[in-house]
Amino acid sequence: MDLATIQPAILIASLMVSSTPILLAALGEMVVERAGVLNLGVEGMMITGAVSGFAVAINSGSPALGFLGAAAAGAALSLAFAVLTQFLLSNHVATGLALTLAGLGLSALVGKPYEGMKAPTLPKLDLGPLAEIPFLGRVLFSHDVMVYASLALVAAVWAVLRFTRAGLILRAVGESAEAAHALGYDVVRVRVLAILFGGALAGLGGAYISLVRVPQWTEGMTAGAGWIALAIVVFASWRAGWVLVGAYLFGGVTVLQLNLQAAGAAVPVALLSAAPYLVTILVLVIISARGLQGAPAALGRSFHASG
Amino acid sequence: MYRRTLLSTAAALALGLGLPAAAQDDPMKVGFIYVGPIGDGGWTYTHNEGRLAVEEHFGDAVETVYQESVPEGADAARAMTQMALSGADMIFATSFGYMDQVLEVAAQFPDVTFEHATGYKQAENVATYSARFYEGRAVIGHIAGRMTETNTVGYIASYPIPEVIRGINSAYIHAKKANPDVEFRVVWAYTWFDPAKEADAASALIEQGADVILQHTDSTAPLAAAESAGDVIGFGQASDMAEYKPSPRVSSILDIWGPYYIDRIEAVMDGTWESGDTWHGIGEGMVGIGEITEAVPEEVRAEALALKERIASGEYHPFTGPLNKQDGTPWLAEGETADDGTLLGMDFYVEGLTGEIPN
Repeated sequence: MDLATIQPAILIASLMVSSTPILLAALGEMVVERAGVLNLGVEGMMITGAVSGFAVAINSGSPALGFLGAAAAGAALSLAFAVLTQFLLSNHVATGLALTLAGLGLSALVGKPYEGMKAPTLPKLDLGPLAEIPFLGRVLFSHDVMVYASLALVAAVWAVLRFTRAGLILRAVGESAEAAHALGYDVVRVRVLAILFGGALAGLGGAYISLVRVPQWTEGMTAGAGWIALAIVVFASWRAGWVLVGAYLFGGVTVLQLNLQAAGAAVPVALLSAAPYLVTILVLVIISARGLQGAPAALGRSFHASG
Repeated sequence: MYRRTLLSTAAALALGLGLPAAAQDDPMKVGFIYVGPIGDGGWTYTHNEGRLAVEEHFGDAVETVYQESVPEGADAARAMTQMALSGADMIFATSFGYMDQVLEVAAQFPDVTFEHATGYKQAENVATYSARFYEGRAVIGHIAGRMTETNTVGYIASYPIPEVIRGINSAYIHAKKANPDVEFRVVWAYTWFDPAKEADAASALIEQGADVILQHTDSTAPLAAAESAGDVIGFGQASDMAEYKPSPRVSSILDIWGPYYIDRIEAVMDGTWESGDTWHGIGEGMVGIGEITEAVPEEVRAEALALKERIASGEYHPFTGPLNKQDGTPWLAEGETADDGTLLGMDFYVEGLTGEIPN
């Protein structure tokens, strides 16, 4: 065993990279669920973002445009969900699952010509002297722009939900659509916007996998990341800060156990792989024991302004 | 798992609804169950190449159907049952973890012929087949041992099953012969296909000083990680992964299933099919070594090709004594070769490998 070869700075830096896709997707889904909509199509929107971002980056030569394209594609797919659930009042769960199936199939079709190609990847930001700081420089100041963007988004979502009128309206819609409607707010519009935001973030998360983390296009490459993102929203009890904690915990344990193995440490691999799930269960138990449900009261219920 | 349950159920339903049961004089219907997507660029891709070879060979006489990304375990039983109910005469189940489900479904459909890849349990209507990938791993192990400058070779393993352990042992034995200072670092990814995780595993190994990455997972992600790290080489797994030529992909192990599939389907048509176990290697053409690129010095290439020839002709067996087990107990005496039974159930490392095999 040679644990000395594991450098904590590199470890933390790589866990931030490997957590970014699920962080983005989970943050988007959290906003969607706070508006009272349960979109189980995260996996489908992520993979659509992954393939679109990859395709746009290859054709334009610009990873930045790739990310924009991915956000647009994720939002476009989520628009289908929005139309079905908000205007045609279809069941959220069934529609979300259909969205995942559609996304997986569509991405396989669109991605066929891009298999085996290499896209321009996102360069690390050059933060000059900051990156030279021992330890912190490697951990905090050696990343690409999307890592910082994801952290900024967490802060922004937290602030908007907590301090702004828009955030209050969003939460009202998610807690009681009828009450929000009675106050004169357009429930459907708020929800559609939330769904589009969630789709865009899931698309960004997917593109981060295909453009930075792997980077290549392979069919089915999100391999369940969207479902982990959904679990993290529950783990986080619908709060932005905890989404960050949950995403880094999931990503961190994965990276940690791979590094421990590579260093030759005798770790029980199966136990470590199960750790994030065990922690989730523990957190859920604590939450319910304290009587805090956390879930938006109108989650998953369709709303129709009748009469 | 939830997603995959739904996926496979939905796909099975679509299959069941879309394809009415075949009448007697219809073309023979052959089903394939894949563990990953066809586009994985590796394991499943090669089985699908085999299926396409079947279609090309038989034309209208055979109709093929397939289902991708079928999880190992109970879902596989559902997928195979649906396939059998919708008229499949023969089913190829192409992953180790389908083993018990194949036997279960085969018992319910005695008229359907099953072929299970990499398994070891047979029945009246279930045959098993596999390729001696360890022969290919001996060749790339040799190249790995000669090419590493840090004397550290990283190995991304999937699940601790005999097939994978055999590959690690074979690669290690031949890397060690080529370079006595070589050391292997093994990471168990517990997945056959998860590009992001495979890339993370490759990065972790590279950070630990590995400059050659061997993989027993299916995607090309480890090669992408090797490429972005610079001075690191790797090998194509299952398929050629030619898009990473000439480096980091310096060679590859190829799975070539088409001829076997055609043979077995013909046997069912003729009524000569019999259950059994097939285990073919480089000699029979089920395992191939992809082009060794110019990134490998000519001398090393010549050695690797000579090793390949000696294995193909049967002159040399990759597991030839003297070999000890990891704990130092003798396994094979000087000149003794391993028997297939031991190889098929291999659950130990050979001497020199560090770390433990997880249970």
